[in-house]
Amino acid sequence: MADKIDARGLSCPQPVILTNRKIEEMGKGVFEILVDTDTSRENISRLAQQTGWDVEVKKVDADYCLVLRKD
Amino acid sequence: MTTVKNFFASRWGIVSAGVFVGVFAAVLQKLGNPGNMGICVACMERDIAGALGLHRAALAQYIRPEILAFVLGAFIAALLFREFKPRGGSSPIIRFFLGFFAMVGALVFLGCPWRALLRLAGGDGNAILGLAGLTAGIWAGVLFLKSGYTLGRATKVKSFSGWVFPIAMVALLVLLLVAPQFGRTPEGTPTGPIFFSSKGPGSQHAPILISLLVGLGVGFLAQRTRLCTMGAIRDVILIKNTYLLSGILGIVGAAFFMNLILGQFKAGFTNQPIAHTDYLWNFMGMALSGLAFALAGGCPGRQLFLSGEGDGDAAIFATGMIVGAGFSHNFSMASSPAGPGPYGPIAVIIGLIFCMVVGFSMREKMA
Repeated sequence: MADKIDARGLSCPQPVILTNRKIEEMGKGVFEILVDTDTSRENISRLAQQTGWDVEVKKVDADYCLVLRKD
Repeated sequence: MTTVKNFFASRWGIVSAGVFVGVFAAVLQKLGNPGNMGICVACMERDIAGALGLHRAALAQYIRPEILAFVLGAFIAALLFREFKPRGGSSPIIRFFLGFFAMVGALVFLGCPWRALLRLAGGDGNAILGLAGLTAGIWAGVLFLKSGYTLGRATKVKSFSGWVFPIAMVALLVLLLVAPQFGRTPEGTPTGPIFFSSKGPGSQHAPILISLLVGLGVGFLAQRTRLCTMGAIRDVILIKNTYLLSGILGIVGAAFFMNLILGQFKAGFTNQPIAHTDYLWNFMGMALSGLAFALAGGCPGRQLFLSGEGDGDAAIFATGMIVGAGFSHNFSMASSPAGPGPYGPIAVIIGLIFCMVVGFSMREKMA
């Protein structure tokens, strides 16, 4: 079961900070992050791209679940 | 729609939004807005506060259509692209006072981050001190963010909650057009409740329709691209990402060239329009604003665009700025071209203390 971060409702840039911290902590692997705005979805996707992680975006009701993966 | 959406999320998207702001800020100045103030969220909100009688500085009273249109442009974009999400409840009272003190700092420097960029693009060297202060304030904000600072989660709220601020902007538009004068002085002459400057910066403005159209364009583009000056500097410090920075480079570059073309560029420190040369307080004023913006998650423009998306917390920050403008003038805290107001420096220090207390006290333990 992949780790899951719930960043819904947090102001910019906290979802990015949480993601960045997880990326630095894990180095590689898989984790999920839940966000509720398109801005956060874009920002996290951009951070993932910048740090060499793959992103898969899934729509969950009104929110987004981003699955970040690095082998 | 998806192609349009992808373009706006690209680097060219945000650069074009920045260029739009830069070009039309210079054009609005040519058409009547005050010097290096084609667009300035802080100054324009200050003029709105004056027009509503929240302060009585006779030179700074006008309901600036650009501000109303920023919110409404973002509102339209958010509705069109299904991003209108009414939300709120993330420490509203703290956000109100962050907005309040952000305005106090901005009026000590005399401008919001956008105007700092536009002043630079117009040749005003004092802007360098302001931008250095802004960066210092944001850097301090980043330290708080890294140590677990948070104002807590916003939650989804009922739809009408997101409509209130855009509707309030329409009400302001009506007040701009009608400008009621049913107040009476003891002698019986009509006065207020809406006040418009008859001289000074408040009396200088582009035609209403053009200001509205430019404002709607800015609001629309900025909502799509997330243009934010504070975010630009913050992301470079925090995650070494230059996406937002490319937007503000677009603003400066475009405004610089337009100013050259329109004969509005004048390099130097002295005799710059609506600016003073007190290096220390230009720096400190913007440092306070930068810290307040970083703690609230957006520059004043961005807060207006978020308000248009239904973010009630951003709307409260913007309201705090308008109230802060009233206090700034009533309490002689705002600067003038002669220099900082008598109580400007102490107000900046109080603001910095407030922001530090917020930064230290609103922290969650790191997991």
